[in-house]
Amino acid sequence: MPGSGKQAKTKLKQSLSSLLIGVVALLLALACGCLIIMIMGKSPLAAFNAIYLGSIGSKAAIGETIVKAAPLMLTAMAFAVTFKCGLLNIGAEGQIYMGGMAAMTVAQVVKGVPYPLHMILCVIAGMLVGGIWGGIAGWLKVRFKADEMITTIMLNYIGLQFANFMVTNVIRDPAASLPQSARAPESAQLTQFISGTRIHVGVIFAAICLAFYYIFLWKTTAGYRTRVVGMNQHAAHFAGINSKKHVVLAMFMAGAFSGLAGVCEILGLQIRMLQSFSPGYGFDGIAVAMLGNNSPLGILISSLMFGALKAGSNMMQIVTQIPTATISLVQGLVILFVVASRFLVDRAEKRGNKKLAKGGNR
Amino acid sequence: MAGFISTFLASAVRCAMPMFIAALGLVFSERAGIVNIGVEGMMIIGAILAYAGSFLTGSKWLGLLFAGLGGMAFGLILAFWAITLRVNQTVVGAAINIIGAGLAVTINRMIFGVNTVAPKINNFTQLHIPVLSDIPFIGHILFSYNILVYIAIALMLVLHYVLFHTELGLSVRAVGENPRACDTLGINVNRVRYGATLFGGLMAGLAGGYLSIGQLAVFVEDMTSGRGFIAIAAVVFGKRNPVGALLASLVFGAGEAVQYKLTAGNIDIPFQFAQMIPYVLTILSLIGLVGKTETPAASGIPYVKE
Repeated sequence: MPGSGKQAKTKLKQSLSSLLIGVVALLLALACGCLIIMIMGKSPLAAFNAIYLGSIGSKAAIGETIVKAAPLMLTAMAFAVTFKCGLLNIGAEGQIYMGGMAAMTVAQVVKGVPYPLHMILCVIAGMLVGGIWGGIAGWLKVRFKADEMITTIMLNYIGLQFANFMVTNVIRDPAASLPQSARAPESAQLTQFISGTRIHVGVIFAAICLAFYYIFLWKTTAGYRTRVVGMNQHAAHFAGINSKKHVVLAMFMAGAFSGLAGVCEILGLQIRMLQSFSPGYGFDGIAVAMLGNNSPLGILISSLMFGALKAGSNMMQIVTQIPTATISLVQGLVILFVVASRFLVDRAEKRGNKKLAKGGNR
Repeated sequence: MAGFISTFLASAVRCAMPMFIAALGLVFSERAGIVNIGVEGMMIIGAILAYAGSFLTGSKWLGLLFAGLGGMAFGLILAFWAITLRVNQTVVGAAINIIGAGLAVTINRMIFGVNTVAPKINNFTQLHIPVLSDIPFIGHILFSYNILVYIAIALMLVLHYVLFHTELGLSVRAVGENPRACDTLGINVNRVRYGATLFGGLMAGLAGGYLSIGQLAVFVEDMTSGRGFIAIAAVVFGKRNPVGALLASLVFGAGEAVQYKLTAGNIDIPFQFAQMIPYVLTILSLIGLVGKTETPAASGIPYVKE
């Protein structure tokens, strides 16, 4: 059939052009970054060099990239799994706080339990409490039709304040002048297991979650139904799918992912819990998810990229005095340009399809 | 005691203002069906531009103008991406927050450097109104603010009238509820939405300006600290109307003022629970326990002409 050959050719052309436009979007954002750095009177080359050194230039640097990518990957999945279910979960930040807080509380309060078990208890507590925090928004949605975008934003601040309350009162280290918890006991820490880096066990848990994300959404019936709910609520209803159940489940999973991100941060890196401890991973996760088009591989790649930029920009700030904020500005631009380019590709595709259909009719 | 109460109430009004000013703009964009979670980023841009503008030109009014224009520029980004390119509004909003925070810090370091003493700038100071400001108690609660507070209140009345008693207001509300019907009636849906979004950006920028050169006279890199999100809460809790936004902002401002009182007075009550009140109230209003809030039917959905 000559028609299908033509179609395959068009498809190949389309995916090539979409890749090309993605690269162009990236380069455009980088060019803007260079321009800003030059306006600051600094050298973009020196900046790139420092970012390279800080992100992949040494064993320790690669380790930093990975420990920064892991929580981003988790919060990206927290956005993506709900997005696939037709929801907008802006609540990863609050779920991080609740998860990290719960893990630290278990680490401090539970005593006499030996290492892996204690640590695993903390991880479970963090994922469970984070999951419940996300699930609340899901429940409010299905029970009261409360807009999950607003409720998750509200729950962010309630979660943040609750975590701050815990650390200023319940699990506060009485010896410290500032509100902070005592160090987590060794038995509860996510062990850093590669010498010379800060890579910890939580990274492995995050990788397992990514595998779970893929298998759940694309290889199980429940995951398939979740995606159907996301694509068309009415169709899902007529197909006999209980969409309410899937909404709550997706929000719970999202919360569990973010909760684990909080546990990684607290028991893997910071070891002590301070007030307002999250460096904004919750909101960056939205960007990572969109950049990765919500696919497992895409999220993996874009979280590594964002992780590398985070690790690298710290080094850049030290070496060149260009603030790390300039890099987050570039990251924001990347998102804008990539989503815009995706629109352009979609439109081109639709036009292409129309042409194809017209050709077929003739 | 009366002194304590009036000081507290005046402090609540001052705390409410940044949220309130941003909320006035958000009421319009929300009504038109545009969800703007980028307001936090627009506010921080407004804050640095007002401060830098006042520093560079020596005029607080020019500073405020810069803040408004900066917010509006970001409003244009949101409008172009969300309305013309039909990208998911939440994603654009999140990107704007990231860009806004990054750009504000970058501008700050470019102009003022790191760890330098903040220069004194021309800022808005408390207006002393003869006679009125001297009335005991009442004078303190009602007449102890800078001029922006009075302008904002006057603007609220105007906006309330525009939204509910003019054709323009009707089209703003209609394109958020039923864009298709508007289109058949000859209303240019996307143009109305562009306008509402630009206005939302303008007000968010001004709100940031109020923060840096109205409430304070300094720029701090994370000074909005969630006030943009509280403004969204104030709009929802205030049922998407200007007067409601004022009342909601006052409730939220009171929560903030309580916190300052508790921390300053070294009182050992966990103020975090007081801090939660705005957010809990907003959720309660969403589920209909504190007066039902309705979301516009076409909220967040791009309009495609057929």
